[in-house]
Amino acid sequence: MSQPKTLFDKLWDAHVVKKSEGYPDVVFIDRHFIHEVTSPQAFDGLRKRGIPVFNPSRTTAVPDHNVPTLEQHLPIKEALSRHQVETLRKNTAEFGITLYDLGHPYQGIVHIIGPELGLTLPGMTIVCGDSHTSTHGAFGNIAFGIGTSEVEQVLSTQCILQYRPKTMRIEINGTLGKGVVAKDIILYVIAKISASGATGYFVEYAGDAIRNLSMEARMTICNMSIEMGARGGLIAPDETTFNYIKGRKFAPQGAEFDRKVEEWKKLKTDEGAQYDAVLKYDAADIAPMITYGTNPGMGIKVMDRIPTVEELKDVSEQTSFKKSLEYMGLEPGSQLLGKAIDYVFIGSCTNARIEDLRAVASLVKGRKKAENVEVWVVPGSKQVEAQARQEGLDKVFEAAGFQLRQPGCSACLGMNEDKIPAGKYCISTSNRNFEGRQGPKSRTFLASPLSAAAAAITGKVTDVRSLV
Amino acid sequence: MSKEKFTTLKSSAVPLPIENIDTDQIIPARFLKATTREGFGDNLFRDWRYNADDTPKADFVLNDKTYAGKILVAGKNFGCGSSREHAAWAIADYGFRVVISSFFADIFKNNALNNATLPIQVSDAFLKSVFALIEKDPHTVITVDLENQRVTLADGTSESFDINAYKKTCLTNGYDDIDYLLSLREEIRQFDAVH
Ligand code: SF4
Repeated sequence: MSQPKTLFDKLWDAHVVKKSEGYPDVVFIDRHFIHEVTSPQAFDGLRKRGIPVFNPSRTTAVPDHNVPTLEQHLPIKEALSRHQVETLRKNTAEFGITLYDLGHPYQGIVHIIGPELGLTLPGMTIVCGDSHTSTHGAFGNIAFGIGTSEVEQVLSTQCILQYRPKTMRIEINGTLGKGVVAKDIILYVIAKISASGATGYFVEYAGDAIRNLSMEARMTICNMSIEMGARGGLIAPDETTFNYIKGRKFAPQGAEFDRKVEEWKKLKTDEGAQYDAVLKYDAADIAPMITYGTNPGMGIKVMDRIPTVEELKDVSEQTSFKKSLEYMGLEPGSQLLGKAIDYVFIGSCTNARIEDLRAVASLVKGRKKAENVEVWVVPGSKQVEAQARQEGLDKVFEAAGFQLRQPGCSACLGMNEDKIPAGKYCISTSNRNFEGRQGPKSRTFLASPLSAAAAAITGKVTDVRSLV
Repeated sequence: MSKEKFTTLKSSAVPLPIENIDTDQIIPARFLKATTREGFGDNLFRDWRYNADDTPKADFVLNDKTYAGKILVAGKNFGCGSSREHAAWAIADYGFRVVISSFFADIFKNNALNNATLPIQVSDAFLKSVFALIEKDPHTVITVDLENQRVTLADGTSESFDINAYKKTCLTNGYDDIDYLLSLREEIRQFDAVH
């Protein structure tokens, strides 16, 4: 019998076109997503070399990072954003790549539309010039973010050069408490191992607490793998995965689907396979989480206090810690609970799928937002937006004083007009709380959609368990 | 397409003793709107370097004439966050050819190497002594020898660093990955047909 292998290793081995001593592996890429920000220079590279796209049918393009979230039918006002989106249009037309342009019913954030359209499937290798490509790993595939030079590699050869990363297994067992959701699981893990704790690794999430999650919740977890430094994260596919894929636009259909499911069922880690690192956590220990600092590892349970300088494990972190709290306008050792906020952003590829919007709506139904806050709900895609309207969630949001906008990355990174003003506090369902991420000098608290909705109602950092 | 070749570099360095410098600090998202690779150096560390009214912040190291050179020395976990290659372009465009830190985020490391910039990972203790030497003498010269994979300080102490053999060959010869991949086109074509 051959050596037992991890799922990651099986998938990797199945995609290596060439392996040579002293060289990185040549890895074949099944599915490539591109957007307007990290692709223009790659297309320029192809033009300079005078070569076509190797296999245009394996690349799908969508504008998302720059797009306005109001009045998308009008030309984009901001000249540079408009230019980037127009460049994507021009490049995809010239090189024969499918584009879901603004206004198209499939447009949305790249990591939301891939799974939604059945383009993201188990067993694949998937890349995109965007670090949150790790999201797709929820389907049991190898998905990771790449830089523009690598986008150029994929466009020109459908391969990239990569060294095989180490593997890590993160196992969560047990039952989650009331008001605790997938976002809390991942913020908890990152707080435990820090923003660089999984650097060099590819993570597999396992355990019954992960198995019991819906596909959308699994995507939230895999999405944030990169926030602990991991190249990507994956979850072995199961019935939940197959049911999600069934009937999606570009997924295999009918008998072909059934045949594929039989293949996908084999995609799991063998008994006894070795990982380079294994971590285990108890779901019962996880509470609603919130970040207080300027990297996603700086998180606490919402009822806990921020650490003091003395409590830091690593002395070398003290300077960064102090700088971070100064930026956030917070005191070491203080409590976040009850801290007044100014904005609530519900959106991004982490938490802008229909289940996220439903969770928010179920909490705010019959309630109103606090006077002092502005609330933006930015759906992850046109399909999510349409579904929300069909289910009447738009009415719930409107009654609560929330603004339902049009799809895009929006205030997750503030490349469009949706910026949090300097000095203001925003509780956000996105994935990064870096300095200035949501706009120059903006201050971000990362939390789950439920926690964000609770804060919208009370106007301050709230333990959502007091409202459910 | 060939890039500038890298062999040995002797230069003074610019110190940035901050940990977890993420790519949003290296180049904020609002400057990612260009569609070419050039010019990003002007906005390197934009929000640390300039006030809201675009006047330079006197206390930021890039605005301090005391420090200059082709080597950037930064705290642990440099380049975490977004995969934007613009961060590597900004660093290269500003004129840095080497970044020294005690830890690098993966994607940044790749991106830097793909743009003829050498990320050198040293021990915490060595990094500390680099910072200390620069503090004592801002013009202190650091020698980076790629061939022998060694970085040497003015006081004679040195440390070896890792770089994979393939990337080393690329850097010393000015090759790029696509040249290599294109040579495998036929094998890839066959692989594509059955996948
Ligand atoms: S929503 Fe945010 S994290 Fe996700 S792809 Fe867009 S900018 Fe990146």
